[in-house]
Amino acid sequence: MNAKDEILARVRSALRDVPGNVAVAEDSPVDWKYGQQVDVGDVIETFIERVIDYKATVIKCPVADVPAEIAKGLKALEVKSVVIGDGVDEKWREAIEGAGAKLYIDTPGQQLSALELNEVDAVVSAAAAGSAETGTIVLDHRPDQGRRALSLVPDSLICVIRADQVYSSVPEVVTKLGPSVKEDGLPLTWISGPSATSDIELSRVEGVHGPRNLYVIVQE
Amino acid sequence: MTSTELERLTPAPPPGELVDSPRFQVSARTSLTNTQQRANLKHATTTIRNKRARVVGEVADWQALRTAGEQIKNRVGRHLDEYLLEFEKNFTEAGGIVHWARDAEEANRIVIDLVEQTGEKEVVKVKSMVTQEIDMNEALEAARIAAWETDLAELIVQLGHDRPSHIVVPALHRNRAEVREIFLREMGRYGTPPPDGLDDTPVNLAGAARRHLREKFLRAKTSTSGANFLVAETGSLVVVESEGNGRMCLTLPQTLISVVGIEKIVPTFQDLEVFLQLLPRSSTGERMNPYTSIWTGVSKDDGPQAVHVVLVDNGRTNVLSDPIGRAALRCIRCSACLNICPVYERVGGHAYGSVYSGPIGAILTPQLRGLASDVDRSLPFASSLCGACNEVCPVRIPITDLLVHMRHKVVEAKKSDPPHIPHTAEPQLMSIASWVMADGKHLAWAGKGTALVDLILGKGFKVKKFGPMPYPLSRWTDARDVPMMPEQSFRTWWKKNRGELA
Repeated sequence: MNAKDEILARVRSALRDVPGNVAVAEDSPVDWKYGQQVDVGDVIETFIERVIDYKATVIKCPVADVPAEIAKGLKALEVKSVVIGDGVDEKWREAIEGAGAKLYIDTPGQQLSALELNEVDAVVSAAAAGSAETGTIVLDHRPDQGRRALSLVPDSLICVIRADQVYSSVPEVVTKLGPSVKEDGLPLTWISGPSATSDIELSRVEGVHGPRNLYVIVQE
Repeated sequence: MTSTELERLTPAPPPGELVDSPRFQVSARTSLTNTQQRANLKHATTTIRNKRARVVGEVADWQALRTAGEQIKNRVGRHLDEYLLEFEKNFTEAGGIVHWARDAEEANRIVIDLVEQTGEKEVVKVKSMVTQEIDMNEALEAARIAAWETDLAELIVQLGHDRPSHIVVPALHRNRAEVREIFLREMGRYGTPPPDGLDDTPVNLAGAARRHLREKFLRAKTSTSGANFLVAETGSLVVVESEGNGRMCLTLPQTLISVVGIEKIVPTFQDLEVFLQLLPRSSTGERMNPYTSIWTGVSKDDGPQAVHVVLVDNGRTNVLSDPIGRAALRCIRCSACLNICPVYERVGGHAYGSVYSGPIGAILTPQLRGLASDVDRSLPFASSLCGACNEVCPVRIPITDLLVHMRHKVVEAKKSDPPHIPHTAEPQLMSIASWVMADGKHLAWAGKGTALVDLILGKGFKVKKFGPMPYPLSRWTDARDVPMMPEQSFRTWWKKNRGELA
C-alpha cells in the first residue's frame, strides 16, 4: 500500500466510532455565526488608532490629496528609490517621480531580482481590505499592489487604503476576500504593523526582516 | 572543537535523541537548579500571560469563539479522510504537488529528495513544530544539506547548539546577555558576522539577526516551512508569523516545501475568521500578528513556481484512534497553556524531553510517540492538575481530563510490561490497596492494624509523627510529615458510640 492509501486507511480505522451515514453538519455541528460585524464604534477612527498602536504612521486625507501625501511620506522616510506593481495609479507614479525618487515598475516577465529589490528603499502599494478591530491591512497582490516580495524586501512600505475597504472585523474581511482566494486563486498577505519580534525576553522590537517602517494613507 | 563538528554544515544540537531523555521528574530537578533560567522563564511567562489576558478581554464573544474553534476542529478530526482528499484535490489543481508521509523517516526522505532534485545544498526554514518533531534539520545535515533557521528565536537556539524550550518563543529560556554571547561566538562561523561593538539591547540583537539572515534569504533557492492551517475547500496554506522571515522564505525562493501534520486542516476558507482571531490573541497576546501569508498552490508570476506539501502522519492517526485522547489534535500550537502553567513556568521546556512541552506536550507527546519510553510514561504526571490550562485553551481541550486519561493508560502500560522489567512498587501497592478496598471485612482488618501501630509506636514509644524515612519512603517523607495513626478506627469508634444503631 502506498503512503497515501495507508494513512487514509489508518484514519478510517481510527474513526470507527464515527457513524458513516450521518451528514457532516449533523454529526459535528458548528454553532458559530460567520461573517459578523463587531461594534468598534467609528470604524475608520478605530482602524487608525489600532494601526498606530503597532507604531505605524497613519495619515487620513481626501482622494485628491493622496499623491501629495505619498510624496510627503517618501520625504519623511528619506526614500531615494521606490518600487511599485505595474497597476499602480498613474497619479501616484507621477507623485513618486515628482518627489525625486527613482521609480522601478515591477512587471511580469521583467521582475526585479531579490538582490535588486534589496537595494530599493520603499514600496508604494494599494490594498485589498482592512480590519478595524485588529488594525490589519490585507493585500491580495493584484497589479495595484504588486507581487508579495515587493511589500516585503524594501525597508519602508507606504500603503494606501480606501475608507470603503475598511471593515469592522476579521470575519467581515475574510468574507470580503473569499472571492480573491476561491475564484482568483490569489495569495493574501495580512499586515498588522511593521515587522516585529518579541523573541528576546518578550520585549517587542519593530523591524526585523520585513519593512521597518509602515506608512498608511487612509483615502476618504 | 572536535573534527566531526568542523565537518558539519550547521551548528550541532546537543547529542542524543529527545525520546531517550530521563523521566520528567528527574530532568525537572536539574532544571529547577538553574536560577538564571528560572528568572528568565518567570519574566517571560508573566509578561506574555498578562498581554494575552488584556487582548482576550477585548473580545466580547471570546467564549463563543473558543467553542467555534473546538467544534470546527472536532469536525475536522471526525471527517479527516474526506478533508485530506479535498485539500489534495484543490491544492493539486492550483499547481501544487502533495506528498504523503507515514512517519518521520518517510517525511525526511521526501524532503531530501525534493531538495536534491533542485541541486541545492541549503534551505532556509520557516519556524515549524513538525519539522522539529521529525528532526528534519539533522536528517538534511546527514544528507549534506544545510537547513538554516530564520526565526530569531530558532536562530538563537540553532547557533546556541541548543534545543527549543517553548512552542512559540523557543529561546524563552535565554536572556539578552546570553543571546549576545551566542551571536558573538557563533554568527561569524555560519555567515555574516555580528556588527562590531554589538550590545545586548533587543533592538540591536534583532538588527544583527537581520543582517546575518538577509544574505541567506537573498541567495536561497529552496525553502521549507510548516503551516498553521490547510484549507480543504480552497487548497490553501496559512502561515502566521511576526518577523517577516516567513514571508522571505515563502516568497523569494524558487522551490517551497511545506511539511504539515495531517491535523492542520480547516474545512473552509471562511473558518479562518475563527482561528485568525483565536491564535494571535492566545499566542503572543496581540490583536493580530504582524504577518499572515495565505497561498494556494502556485501563484503565477509571484513567488516559488515549484510548491510542495508533505502531509505527515507520524503518530497522529494513533492519537485519532482514541476517542478521548483525540481532543489533543485540536491544538493550534498557541502555547497559552505553557505560559499559564505553574509547572512550565518553573522547570521550562527542556525537562519535557519533547518538542511539545508544557501541558499540551504532556498529553500530546505520549500519544504521538507511544508509551514505550521512560520520559513518555512520566509526562502525564508533569502537572498538578490545577486546570489553568483548560481555561486558556482557545480550542477548549480539556487538558487535565486528558492528563488523567493518560495517567490511566500509563498504569495499564506498566501492568502489561513483561514481568522481568523492574519498576516502582506502585502497581504492587495498588494491588494491595485494591484488596483492602474490595471488601468491608478487609477494610475492618486494616483498621485494626492501624490501631495496633498506634498502640505500639504512639502509646508505647511516644512517637507523635513519622518524620524523614529511608528510601523509598523518603520520596514522600522528605517534604511531608505523616501523622501518627489514630488510636481507633472509625468502625471501632462507631461501635462504641453508636453501637445501638448498628
